[in-house]
Amino acid sequence: MDMNDFSQIFFTEAEELLAEMEQLLLQLDVAAPDLEQLNAIFRAAHSLKGGAATFGFSALQETTHLLENLLDQARAGERALSRSIINLFLECKDIMQAQLEAYQSSQEPDDARYRYICEALREIALEGQQPAPPAATPEPAAAQPVSAAQETETSLVVTLHNVGEREQTMLRDELTNMGEITHIETTPDSMTVTLLTTASGDDITAVLCFVVDSKQIAVNPAEPVTAPAPEPDQKPAAAPETVAKKVSPASRAANQESGSIRVAVSKVDQIINQVGELIITQAMLSQLSRTLDPASYDLLSGCVAQMERNTRELQESVMSIRMMPMDYVFSRFPRLVHDLGSRLNKEVELTLKGGSAELDKSLIERIIDPLTHLVRNSLDHGIEEKEARVAKGKPVTGNLTLSAEHHGGNIVIEVSDDGAGLNREKILAKARSQGMAISDTMSDDDVWMLIFAAGFSTAESVTDVSGRGVGMDVVRRNILAMGGHVDVLSTPGAGTTIRIILPLTLAILDGMLVKVGDEIYVLPLGAVMESLRPTDEMLCRFVGEERLLQVRGEYLPLVLLRQRLSVAGEAPADDGIVVIVQSAGCRYALWVDQLIGQQQVVVKNLEHNYRKVPGVSAATILGDGSVALILDVVELSTLNVPQPQREGVIA
Amino acid sequence: MTVATASKPTAADATAQEYLVFRLGDEEYGIDILKVQEIRGCDRLTRIPNAPNFITGVTNLRGVIVPIVDLRVRFELPDPSQDDKTVVIVLNLNDRVVGIVVDGVADVLSIDVDNIKPTPDVASVLSGRYLLGLGVLDSRMIILVNIERLLSREEMALVESAAESYIDEHCCA
Repeated sequence: MDMNDFSQIFFTEAEELLAEMEQLLLQLDVAAPDLEQLNAIFRAAHSLKGGAATFGFSALQETTHLLENLLDQARAGERALSRSIINLFLECKDIMQAQLEAYQSSQEPDDARYRYICEALREIALEGQQPAPPAATPEPAAAQPVSAAQETETSLVVTLHNVGEREQTMLRDELTNMGEITHIETTPDSMTVTLLTTASGDDITAVLCFVVDSKQIAVNPAEPVTAPAPEPDQKPAAAPETVAKKVSPASRAANQESGSIRVAVSKVDQIINQVGELIITQAMLSQLSRTLDPASYDLLSGCVAQMERNTRELQESVMSIRMMPMDYVFSRFPRLVHDLGSRLNKEVELTLKGGSAELDKSLIERIIDPLTHLVRNSLDHGIEEKEARVAKGKPVTGNLTLSAEHHGGNIVIEVSDDGAGLNREKILAKARSQGMAISDTMSDDDVWMLIFAAGFSTAESVTDVSGRGVGMDVVRRNILAMGGHVDVLSTPGAGTTIRIILPLTLAILDGMLVKVGDEIYVLPLGAVMESLRPTDEMLCRFVGEERLLQVRGEYLPLVLLRQRLSVAGEAPADDGIVVIVQSAGCRYALWVDQLIGQQQVVVKNLEHNYRKVPGVSAATILGDGSVALILDVVELSTLNVPQPQREGVIA
Repeated sequence: MTVATASKPTAADATAQEYLVFRLGDEEYGIDILKVQEIRGCDRLTRIPNAPNFITGVTNLRGVIVPIVDLRVRFELPDPSQDDKTVVIVLNLNDRVVGIVVDGVADVLSIDVDNIKPTPDVASVLSGRYLLGLGVLDSRMIILVNIERLLSREEMALVESAAESYIDEHCCA
């Protein structure tokens, strides 16, 4: 095994440990900290330190070491925690993360920040060690010897089984880093080392775990031959106790982990692609089997039907692999709200709902930024400052709710606050000053949608949090790009809710197959409102060549698909059907020759081998093996009609 | 298909390169054989709306959507008709898969660097920057094409001005 592989494992684990630490720190009740939580935070810091030491990441090791000392005192009840200490711990976590990233890209971490955080941590450590109330420390007696044992050097016997010669050299180097080796005994497949060290037994185990399996390691206190500490009797008793205490939570974690495996995303994507192929092949088979005489081939058609069911189930299971819970996104918000709230002098309680709702991985990654923006906006513009809230008779603590919920084939994500709500007058005034075409009689819903216009912000001042007016425009664009849409609900004085509706996956699409000439195109079913056969009375002439379609009193622009896509041939004179499509605020009637039917299609990227085609979002493969293009309803409406013969006149 | 041995077998290692030779009309063209993924018959194509005329469409190559370029249209050859010799050469250019329609595959030749003459400076449809040179083998002259450059994304994006202005407009917006 290469040392690189080990460090890769360490980086992945360290990231998880840091995330866990942050989550626990945020949950921690400052006044009466839960000992279990403190222990968990300590364990995370501890494992990190061990790993950092193994790989010689000295800055990270030192930072974690200082943090660990403080945490150790806290869990031993020797130190009372305060908000500011927790904040410092959180900051420390950020710096550790930055250090980790630096090490990962083989760089040295930022020295200034490292020194700053070490100084800050040391300062806290120096502040009088004030004993916490006994209520919060149920087992101070058990914990105290542990910290004592860590400060003085002890002699430990480390026995390693089933280790080869190369590993022995590596392990010996590691052990030298941790203390002074006083005695070594080696056989070809095992090694016994007596080590004089300040580290505890499980420290050593944690470090060596990166090289060998924990089962291969046995750490025992040596006979007190060299007794440098004043209390030689207590130590041998204390060390095994720590080991025993550590083992139980670790094995519990191991049990939880055995239920899942870590797989590279590329492998999952490969399976999804292959299942996509299978679906296409299966569709071809079904199509072929339909042409056969049902009487003489009924066994075969039975099998094909069975296979159709099986492939559908397989597809569903495979798609579910890529699904990730919304918690993945939500988990980053407690920290954001905590930090921003204190900076903006606002007290905000964050409520997370439906974190278990699942969403495709690619979508979940792309929703993070828009959602972060919305949360920041709610905090900055939505929820009022403490004084303002009191003046309005609202509770001082504002409420920000993030929720996710499945709704058919979509997921509905809401960001709602109980703040001031959107100000209709202000938005209208701002829109007018920007020269937008608006009228005073616009419905509230239309007014709210104005906040998504580019360069629009009603905040009186630009802060570093928000107010530059770039954000909402980008939020909306990102969400549209994901095939979703955004709604705004707002009540003055009572709060604002931004609702994002997204499809659960991008890999499979419910499509409506339409035919123009000999060509088949796919319309996303979500955009199709209705289809009808137009009568002559419904068609109205409009400026120049344009035509409108009148449906139940509503006039819709009529788009001829044949013309937009320059399909060869003439439209059949009396035939044709109109599909009314609606997406992202644009609604029009699309004239096609024929509707073929509804079908689930596997979305294939067109840009990978070719490039973006205007009016087309992707491609798919139909049951007969031919390629059909999936139309982009929004882009299609703005697509210039190719008019080659007129060009010379205009130019 | 015959594989011709190089005229000097000892020199075939470092200085010679293998080219796939194909016919377009009456001329013979050569492309670096390492760029060729496979050769197959003409499949059913799906037209891409508002694309340049030399892009005949996209096809399904075992689940991958592959654009097909008709080199006969690109080189403005008079009669781009289909017969049983017409084939599609599927190329793999930096992980991008593109097919080209040609009138037929002739040979795989190993051409020595010494036998590659510089392209004469003539104004033609095929500008000199797409050519590697002229390969001379006995009495044959093979036009060696820098296929990677010819089929680069920018080249494929050559669209009629109407569609182009659309793209400009939307890229700037």
